[in-house]
Amino acid sequence: MMRFWPFVVFVVLAGFLYVGLSLDPHEVPSPLIDKPAPAFVLPQLHDPAKRFSSQDMKGQVWLLNVWASWCVSCRDEHPILMDLSNRNIVPIYGLDYKDKNVDGEAWLRNGGDPYTLVVTDADGRVGIDYGVYGVPETYLIDKQGVIRYKQIGAVTAKNLREKILPLIAELQAK
Amino acid sequence: MKYLLMLLVCLLPTITYAGEAKDLAEDPVLEKRMVGLAENLRCLVCQNESLASSRSELANDLRQEVRDQMQKGMTDQQIIDYLVSRYGDFVLFDPPMKRYTILLWYGPFALLLIGLAGLIWQLRKRKNKITEVQLSPEEEQAAAAMLNPPKDQ
Repeated sequence: MMRFWPFVVFVVLAGFLYVGLSLDPHEVPSPLIDKPAPAFVLPQLHDPAKRFSSQDMKGQVWLLNVWASWCVSCRDEHPILMDLSNRNIVPIYGLDYKDKNVDGEAWLRNGGDPYTLVVTDADGRVGIDYGVYGVPETYLIDKQGVIRYKQIGAVTAKNLREKILPLIAELQAK
Repeated sequence: MKYLLMLLVCLLPTITYAGEAKDLAEDPVLEKRMVGLAENLRCLVCQNESLASSRSELANDLRQEVRDQMQKGMTDQQIIDYLVSRYGDFVLFDPPMKRYTILLWYGPFALLLIGLAGLIWQLRKRKNKITEVQLSPEEEQAAAAMLNPPKDQ
């Protein structure tokens, strides 16, 4: 019996290491889930004189997508957002994070604009309020203005299909 | 020309220093307090660096945020609570005691105890194995014969 002990220890260790392999240390669980989305009033990208307030979205389920023209993985995400926008399921609001207006506008002109509206967060203050630490990040906000889901990193087709769209349908039905 | 070049080379470190010093606020007391606080906070971009030492842009912004809140008269604890409410316990280098951190806090002690128990168990077992065996007179004679073989052979 004694000589099996090293093997048992090995199996337990291997189990821990195997689980460790599938964890992403960059995915920090957000404490903002099921908390009210921090309110903001920010200038619009296409018309900086006009402002947009997150309070205007009460009563609607919406996506807040944090992006920037300098962000590389936003390029991966972009076609998925374009597709989602064409399906008219949910309004997507963009938050152009720490970007120059000209760059942001050029990016949307070249690649297409999936957003209902884009606001700019030039100094990243609203980003801090939302706990943004890597772009892109996407928040799903319900009719009461509560954050129900946060996607860290690019939205993938799989994530959209399996998590985000079912949750949107559920929240819109409420 | 040569001397001018040397002079320029001498100036290089000063220029670099000026670039790095951009972060320093006007108030050295506040800056010291900010650095003291930020040393115990994790930068979320380069996760093993503290907020005080990280050069990432987010760390820069967060340091500025901490400075602003200090200027508003918030206590260190209030600022930490603010950051935790945004970024979670992950920003703390010193994780709080919670249900899911019990293993983290007590796991090493549990392992130590298990190790000690195993060691004591093994030592006891060994002690039992080497208990003195009383020899019968015949066995003693046989042993003596083995230990002192007749010389003439």
